[in-house]
Amino acid sequence: MAIWIEEDAKVLVQGITGKQGHFHADKMVEYGTNIVGGCTPGKGGQTVELQGKDYPVWDSMREAIAATDADATVIYVPPPFAGEAIMEAAEAFDAVKGEGVVVCITEGIPTLDMVKAVSYVYNRPGVRLIGPNCPGIITPGENGGAKIGIMPGHIHAKGRIGIVSKSGTLTYEAVAQTMSIDEGQSTCIGIGGDPVNGTGFIECLAAFEADEQTEAIVMIGEIGGNAEQEAAAWAAENVTKPIVGFVAGATAPPGKRMGHAGAIISGGKGTAEEKFAAFEAAGIACAKDPSELGAVLLESLKKAGLR
Amino acid sequence: MNIHEYQGKALLKENGVPVLEGVHCTSVEQALAAYDTLGSKVVAVKSQIHAGGRGKGTLYNPDTKEHVMDGGVKIAFSKDEVEKYSSHILGNLLVTIQTGEEGKVVNNLYIESGCEIEHEYYLALLVDRDNKSVLIMASTEGGMDIEDVAHNTPDLIHKILVDPNSGLLGFQKRDLGMALGLSGAALKSFFKMLGKMYDMFVSNDCAMVEINPLVKNKNDEIIALDAKISFDENAEFRHKNWDVLRDLSEEEDVEIRAKETGLSYVKLDGNIGCLVNGAGLAMATMDVIKLYGGEPANFLDVGGGANEEQVKTAFSIILEDPNVKGILVNIFGGIMRCDIIARGVIAATEALSLDVPLVVRLAGTNVDEGKAILASSTLNIHPADDLAEGAKKIVSLIGGEA
Repeated sequence: MAIWIEEDAKVLVQGITGKQGHFHADKMVEYGTNIVGGCTPGKGGQTVELQGKDYPVWDSMREAIAATDADATVIYVPPPFAGEAIMEAAEAFDAVKGEGVVVCITEGIPTLDMVKAVSYVYNRPGVRLIGPNCPGIITPGENGGAKIGIMPGHIHAKGRIGIVSKSGTLTYEAVAQTMSIDEGQSTCIGIGGDPVNGTGFIECLAAFEADEQTEAIVMIGEIGGNAEQEAAAWAAENVTKPIVGFVAGATAPPGKRMGHAGAIISGGKGTAEEKFAAFEAAGIACAKDPSELGAVLLESLKKAGLR
Repeated sequence: MNIHEYQGKALLKENGVPVLEGVHCTSVEQALAAYDTLGSKVVAVKSQIHAGGRGKGTLYNPDTKEHVMDGGVKIAFSKDEVEKYSSHILGNLLVTIQTGEEGKVVNNLYIESGCEIEHEYYLALLVDRDNKSVLIMASTEGGMDIEDVAHNTPDLIHKILVDPNSGLLGFQKRDLGMALGLSGAALKSFFKMLGKMYDMFVSNDCAMVEINPLVKNKNDEIIALDAKISFDENAEFRHKNWDVLRDLSEEEDVEIRAKETGLSYVKLDGNIGCLVNGAGLAMATMDVIKLYGGEPANFLDVGGGANEEQVKTAFSIILEDPNVKGILVNIFGGIMRCDIIARGVIAATEALSLDVPLVVRLAGTNVDEGKAILASSTLNIHPADDLAEGAKKIVSLIGGEA
């Protein structure tokens, strides 16, 4: 078991005929992801070649899911159309099979589009949205696995550490840190750096806590908002597995947006200091330097009798 | 993206929200003409800059730094006073609690009719991250710093959340007005105004609309006396008019140029330049430099698919800052391959004849090829295996503590 996405999950790609969508769909197949086709309105009936094999394209998500019984979809649709792509996927999963995972990679979606899309997904309780503005989700397997997103697959290995992060490359850094102490990952999730997104830290922590394969968790946050503080308070009450944490942006000046739309200290709130303090108060072992995540994790595993 | 008060007022007016008559001016002559046009004995002379605290700010001569006048927003009771205040404001430096010590030069003025105020309120619309919906906040304590009100008397702040499926509902507008103690004609006026303002917020992709104060006049009319409006930059593609509203003099020139080439750059005060892929890793790189005794000179995210040209542009932007004494490159190659980055770094250092120490940390896809390319170069590039080593190396190379 892993969380939400099994190693052999059937995956659709929205925007598969676009440059980004095609490039990453090819990389996903190369990793071993079970891609079952894609959706681009107006291009139904065509095929797309990935790693030397042809994959079908549908006009709508309803058709695509009905034909393939897909478990998940990944969206590489440009920002003006991404909000609606999320809602189409949510509606189709809900109508056709009552459940599904929607992963949105797109960066730069208008916030009010996301307010609408998140509410739309929320009203379809079987559907989970991950992202947007995120690297995606990966469940490494023995041979390949399910890589749904843009992360470099080859740095991962199947194991018992669950990783959740707002940032892309910092998630890769965390993965490399687990590998440096000979630990693999159960599932790694990038929840994204936008102010309004789908799945949050708490849902990830709850799923990792319930997952048999996961034995410890790495949680990486950044400045802006108070999702980290809420997650830490929740974890203190509800998570028994060791958690290791890091927060990026201790040196970020207030009022400046640091790359991610949501990474901003406003009105003196959402600082790294505040978040580190919340982590520590919740008993989360913190690394002040991401290159020390491995060492801190190893110590936590030893303390818990897991090494 | 922020806009000026006078632009915000025009937007409010266009959308049916009551505002006072006012005129945007860029010279004293225009200000005097505006006084005549408005025909109001009492007018407000308001500095237009993208920062709050204008009323309590102080004006200085930008060259001599001599004190000119207290207060960036003045009430003028005569044409002479309009002349005095506008000449004291225009072209001078306004320092407020939000501008920092360096202040901002005032190039724009807003001359606004006077108004007989019965009561001042606070009103704000924004996207609430926690509830993932539009939040409307109002308070009877208008004209004050809302952070203070929230801290001292949180009971006096009333909030409603708008369900995106239903939009702002009538009872919500009524409830909020009643919570402010409004009744009769004033409640009706508030009800109508709030509906218009919410529609404007949504159709213009606002990130925040803050009206402090919102006032009730003697005739029970609700009027926006101030307007602080910002837009969600992600929605720029569907608002062609934002180009006209953007005041480039209010933004860092180098940050604008970085954005045009797909880079995300924020200038800081330190002396170690950073070139990183990914926003989270870029912040973490700054943090680690500081942790090991250095001071980062900038935040710079080259993005996920940067090419040789972008790496070169990134280096030249970093080097524009005369404080930069060394550079740390930190790349975790995912889709971006380390060998390509290594070639980009070499090409850029050669083209720009880089003369400050350069530490390069590569990890991820094709890392061995990338390292080999750097090692075979005759340039003075210091390799590092992880972020901590990279940070320590660059700090020690520029003569710092670590």
